[in-house]
Amino acid sequence: MTNLQVGGDQPAGQHLLEVRDLFVEFHTRDGVAKVINGVSYHLDAGETLAVLGESGSGKSVTAQAIMGILDMPPAKIPKGQIFYNGDDLLKMAENRRRDIRGKDISMIFQDALSALNPVFSVGWQISETLRTRTEMSKDAAMKRAIELMDLVKIPGAKTRVKDYPHQFSGGMRQRVMIAMSLAMDPKVLIADEPTTALDVTVQAQIMDLLADLRRDLNMGMILITHDLGVVADVADRIAVMYAGRIIEHADVHSIYKQPAHPYTRGLLDSIPRLDHKGTELATIKGLPPNLMRLPTGCKYHPRCPYVQKPICVDEEPRSLNLGNGRTSACHFAKEMLDGNLG
Amino acid sequence: MATLGEPILRVENLVKHFSITQGILFKKKIGAVQAVDGVSFELHRGETLGIVGESGCGKSTLAKLLMRLEHPTSGRAILNDKDIFKMSGGELRRLRRNVQMVMQDPYTSLNPRMTVGDIIGEPYNIHTEVAPKGDRSRRIQELLELVGLNPEHINRYPHQFSGGQRQRIGIARALALKPEIIVCDEPVSALDVSIQAQVINLLEKLQNELALSYIFIAHDLSVVRHISDRVGVMYLGKIVEIGTEDEIYQRPTHPYTQALLSAVPMPDPDARLHRDIIRLEGDVPSPANPPSGCRFRTRCWKAQEKCATEEPLLIRRAVEPHPSACHFAELRHVVA
Ligand SMILES: Nc1ncnc2c1ncn2[C@@H]1O[C@H](COP(=O)(O)OP(=O)(O)O)[C@@H](O)[C@H]1O
Ligand SMILES: Nc1ncnc2c1ncn2[C@@H]1O[C@H](COP(=O)(O)OP(=O)(O)O)[C@@H](O)[C@H]1O
Ligand code: SF4
Ligand SMILES: [Mg+2]
Ligand SMILES: [Mg+2]
Repeated sequence: MTNLQVGGDQPAGQHLLEVRDLFVEFHTRDGVAKVINGVSYHLDAGETLAVLGESGSGKSVTAQAIMGILDMPPAKIPKGQIFYNGDDLLKMAENRRRDIRGKDISMIFQDALSALNPVFSVGWQISETLRTRTEMSKDAAMKRAIELMDLVKIPGAKTRVKDYPHQFSGGMRQRVMIAMSLAMDPKVLIADEPTTALDVTVQAQIMDLLADLRRDLNMGMILITHDLGVVADVADRIAVMYAGRIIEHADVHSIYKQPAHPYTRGLLDSIPRLDHKGTELATIKGLPPNLMRLPTGCKYHPRCPYVQKPICVDEEPRSLNLGNGRTSACHFAKEMLDGNLG
Repeated sequence: MATLGEPILRVENLVKHFSITQGILFKKKIGAVQAVDGVSFELHRGETLGIVGESGCGKSTLAKLLMRLEHPTSGRAILNDKDIFKMSGGELRRLRRNVQMVMQDPYTSLNPRMTVGDIIGEPYNIHTEVAPKGDRSRRIQELLELVGLNPEHINRYPHQFSGGQRQRIGIARALALKPEIIVCDEPVSALDVSIQAQVINLLEKLQNELALSYIFIAHDLSVVRHISDRVGVMYLGKIVEIGTEDEIYQRPTHPYTQALLSAVPMPDPDARLHRDIIRLEGDVPSPANPPSGCRFRTRCWKAQEKCATEEPLLIRRAVEPHPSACHFAELRHVVA
């Protein structure tokens, strides 16, 4: 098992993708927002890593850093490494990086409608993705576009390639986006809230499709979501983010059985359940921190029911290795795991 | 809730069709969006009736009808023995006090240029009898406290509050006129999990303290189960099944309810191994041109010829005591 908390000087790991101790800041008129504060996670071929967190916790910014699509400025990466097959993407020449982005690593977004160009047919848009990166002829690219639309199970792909984005339903548009992201046979697919805007029956169809594709094409998938149900349904491992850090990481079964960080526990306790009505919901008090003025010590301490002074207020907890690939960034991680707290 | 209170609101065969017109000078009606098409239910004193369904099924239109923000094509809604759509003058003013609404978007439903005190106190300008001028700021501060906000923040502006706090402001505004019924249209859908729980608990606390009745509209089936006593499931403008929270979630008989419940991802990795999976194909048809007979039949795995020719009524069927609008209603356990 790899230690997730390795420092920057260790050699590159053997993972397909590895984010290591990444920091991202945004320099704005109002000050410096410390958005990513030492994120580490890794991904191997054929598995699904869920990145879970509430809005503003830094899930998308981390993904944008991997893709190399952060606007710099205002963004700045003061520290960190992102290895793809052992090479640090952050040190790579821009032309090599561009080769990897969109080809080896591709991404789909929540909002398919605004990601597609309304004035071109979907077939044209998929085939353009192919033609800007390969020597493919127009006809060959269009043929491949139809194959890709078949692959993502758009009924009647042959006739629908000529249709425009607005002629598709929300679910079908998301399928078009997925087809486009698969055009170059990526090894890593980053799906950023791919079903958040969709209805539940359509969401289920899309999540099934993504799971099938990941398996059939042996891709590694990073699934970004705020939905604890979606995570449990499809992920192998889960990384929980809070204020720009991975505060807990584990395989999906262990974490739902016994969370090792108070924040994860708080999240799990505060969701209503489909299978019973339940009584009063547990809540997490307060609000996520202001990223311009992060709390001292543990960034969760102002909201944590187990906070202990002075350690939690003064000392930022290291990410503790709990064995079996589990980590938790809490001073009382071991006690949490053993159920000896609260 | 063990026993149902008396009915406070009775909705009968409510219909709202939006005309689709063509032409600029001479508008010609070429069709109609059947947004709400024959909805009936009762709301009891002190209860929460949940309404679930996918987007476009008519939930918000139903809410707007009950608020009298839209006028129905036909149908009635009886409140205290009077049809709300026939009310005018003093009766209408009383209705406007009595039925309030909380909406999804705490960002756009509050005027950014007004202080929180002015926003919450605005209804008093019209309904002066509820809070005489000299008494207003005391009353507003009480409301702020009631919804868990600092009464000293009465002069702040909406942008100085977080999303969850803004939703509390929206709730305080709805409470200002001491209503009996609050229609909540997706009140927690825009909020993060940890904040959502705070707002749900607040709504439940207020219901107990003030004996409120809620119509709680949402697309999140877990949230609706948690907060509701009874639940109605909507599809393409119609209620297809209605019953107690337990009946709908543990003993659903309509195929659409079953498919909807089956599609909800559960926060339990073991669930994926032993859950009954039902996957619907395709999308919801257009409400401008709904299928004949049963509107669900184009996506239903049980559909027979009868489903295309004969509309299934929302009635009690042999299998279960709660109403279901399916010719072939049948128990199927999909949650658990
Ligand atoms: N271009 C930007 N300029 C300034 N701040 C930004 C920018 N992009 C993101 N942020 C901030 O970074 C934080 C993390 O954002 P994000 O990664 O999008 O969160 P998540 O995806 O977890 O909801 C947020 O506080 C957001 O406001
Ligand atoms: N003012 C309107 N004019 C025309 N069609 C409308 C109007 N309001 C809603 N609709 C249509 O009525 C249907 C139901 O909408 P709505 O009640 O908003 O559904 P929900 O709240 O369940 O998502 C949709 O097809 C919608 O497009
Ligand atoms: S009436 Fe027919 S089509 Fe409608 S839900 Fe029942 S079986 Fe399916
Ligand atoms: Mg995001
Ligand atoms: Mg709506």
